[in-house]
Amino acid sequence: MIVPLPHILIFSLLLFAIGIYGALVRRNIIGILISIELMLNAANINLIAFSKTTSLAPETGQIFALFVIAIAAMSAAVGLAIVLALFRVRKTVYTDEVNLLKW
Amino acid sequence: MTMPGWLRSIEFAVDLSFVNAKGWFLDLLGKFLPGWIVVLTSIVISGVVILCMGPIIMMYLTLLERKLIGRIQNRYGPNRVGIWGLLQPIADGIKMFTKEDIVPANADKLIHLLAPIVIVIPALMVFLVVPFGERMTAANLNIGILYFIAVSSITTIPIFMGSWASRNKYSLLGGMRTAAQMISYEIPMTLSVVPVIMMSQSLSTNTIVMTQCGDVDLHWFVFTPWGLTGFMIFFLCAVAECNRPPFDLPEAESELVAGFHTEYSGMKFALFYMAEYMNAFTLCGIATTLFLGGWQGPFLPSWLWFFGKTFLLICVMIWFRGTFPRFRVDQLMGFAWKFLLPLTLINILVAGLWQFVPERTAWLYSVPILIVSLWTLVKLNRHFVPEKRAYPLAD
Amino acid sequence: MEILTIGAKFGVYIVMALVLVFALGVVTLRNLFHSALCLAAVLVGTATVYLALRADFVAAIQILVYVGAVMTLIIFAIMLTEHLGEKTIRQTNRQSPAAILGLLGFIFMIGLVILRTPWPVTKRALATGTSVMSLGKALMGSYVFPFEIISVILIAALIGAVVIAKKDPEEKS
Repeated sequence: MIVPLPHILIFSLLLFAIGIYGALVRRNIIGILISIELMLNAANINLIAFSKTTSLAPETGQIFALFVIAIAAMSAAVGLAIVLALFRVRKTVYTDEVNLLKW
Repeated sequence: MTMPGWLRSIEFAVDLSFVNAKGWFLDLLGKFLPGWIVVLTSIVISGVVILCMGPIIMMYLTLLERKLIGRIQNRYGPNRVGIWGLLQPIADGIKMFTKEDIVPANADKLIHLLAPIVIVIPALMVFLVVPFGERMTAANLNIGILYFIAVSSITTIPIFMGSWASRNKYSLLGGMRTAAQMISYEIPMTLSVVPVIMMSQSLSTNTIVMTQCGDVDLHWFVFTPWGLTGFMIFFLCAVAECNRPPFDLPEAESELVAGFHTEYSGMKFALFYMAEYMNAFTLCGIATTLFLGGWQGPFLPSWLWFFGKTFLLICVMIWFRGTFPRFRVDQLMGFAWKFLLPLTLINILVAGLWQFVPERTAWLYSVPILIVSLWTLVKLNRHFVPEKRAYPLAD
Repeated sequence: MEILTIGAKFGVYIVMALVLVFALGVVTLRNLFHSALCLAAVLVGTATVYLALRADFVAAIQILVYVGAVMTLIIFAIMLTEHLGEKTIRQTNRQSPAAILGLLGFIFMIGLVILRTPWPVTKRALATGTSVMSLGKALMGSYVFPFEIISVILIAALIGAVVIAKKDPEEKS
């Protein structure tokens, strides 16, 4: 193990927190999506670190990381499709301008 | 295949001359210096060789291309600088270096600067896994081919950077087209590699070459039905991936001036150009590795075989450029999604059958399956006429 | 050899620091295109961390899927929705101070938990390596059901994205 486990966990914690900050603070929907990708990424780092250090079946964590990557790709695709549809209808991508709760 | 022993040993010595030279040098160093310096030096030597080889290959590819295109168009091509124009690339390099570097006033300066630098990095990084000859892979990663696909997929981002930072409508359109094209063609390209991985049971480029070994009875993957189909698909996708004609929509001169590098001049433009040619070389090299047996071949040294096959493929690319007209955008997309993608899937199926059936019987039904599916796909893709565009302002 | 290991260790720490800096760039930069590029840098950096953790297959997949495909999608969407040459408008809402306070608490708590927990680093786990083949066997063996579900979801997402983003035919005006 090249770096002790707690350091990696702290690193991914910081990354996750930065992602939450972006998701809370950004106005642009695409910005929020990007922040969510950051958070998923942080979770992935944890999965792989645990699979390397603690689990007896080292594939488990990596496979779940692969699943997370697939889910992230899907969420990006669907989310961006929604953004494009929204942009076409409302001409805006800012969340606080889409506050009508209906189309 | 029987060969006299002394001939064999001479061949072996020539074959491994570069490897042996490096090993000898490292041994010499190991006598005086601690181990970690030797390891570092080994890395540095490989790195420096790659860093020098990329640009040199690119320079002489441009010359080769201009010569060949000249011959195809019934003229001589460059022949003024040096004998046969051999010094032409150097003259071009000097010209590129001394040219004024123009940055548009509205451009995003930082990104405009970064894009050409970033585009060269993946183009150089993929050289790491190309097996240039026996034991001449810079880094024998066990995920070699996946590494190649992954790193070369980064190329879209610097193209986006360049096109967006230029603040030019032609650049932007070119960038959009490039992205769409590269993403579309990446999928059949990746899938056409799958049969090779299935057969060689490994992702490492070295192992893939090793499984195709055989001195005279050639076991190259291209001599099997699935290999031939895969090779065709891979090569067409490779041509599309490095944006060469007939897939050169991203930089279609007649429509988009120069596509994403419209606003680039001087050395920055040269970097884009360099990345493009190095990509062409590595893609041909990987096609050679995957389907044409890499450095395998009788008599000649292995690296000569590798470079010969690769340059043959590059000549085919240049030949494409000299002869084919450019695709339309919808034809381009349709070709990737409606023709190549189903064909790759069928190809994977055929390769799967191949693995579990003795070779004779496998030939018997894999060839008909492929021919029938090819015919069906051609028939299905036949008459596609896009709806006629109306130009209200022109009338 | 120790020097090389120490060098690699420092390299990993430097990469981690750079990733954090770029991540800050992702959430704070006003220009969305720049923050998308920062995200690409973060993803590449994370792939390097995976490499340090000996998960080279996941690192390659990360670059292939994230940097190659997802980033292209995101940049495409940014290009389609941002107006070129427009002055950058306010990109954050007014929750910033509250969010920072809350997140500091969050980091403090979780960080405390991480540092107080004795992580059981098993020797056997450190020794076992993964190969692509073992990953594939696990994916086709014990995890075949989630794998199939993922593929179904992928198809659903593909079709859904096409349907959502498609232009309505009657909407043309």
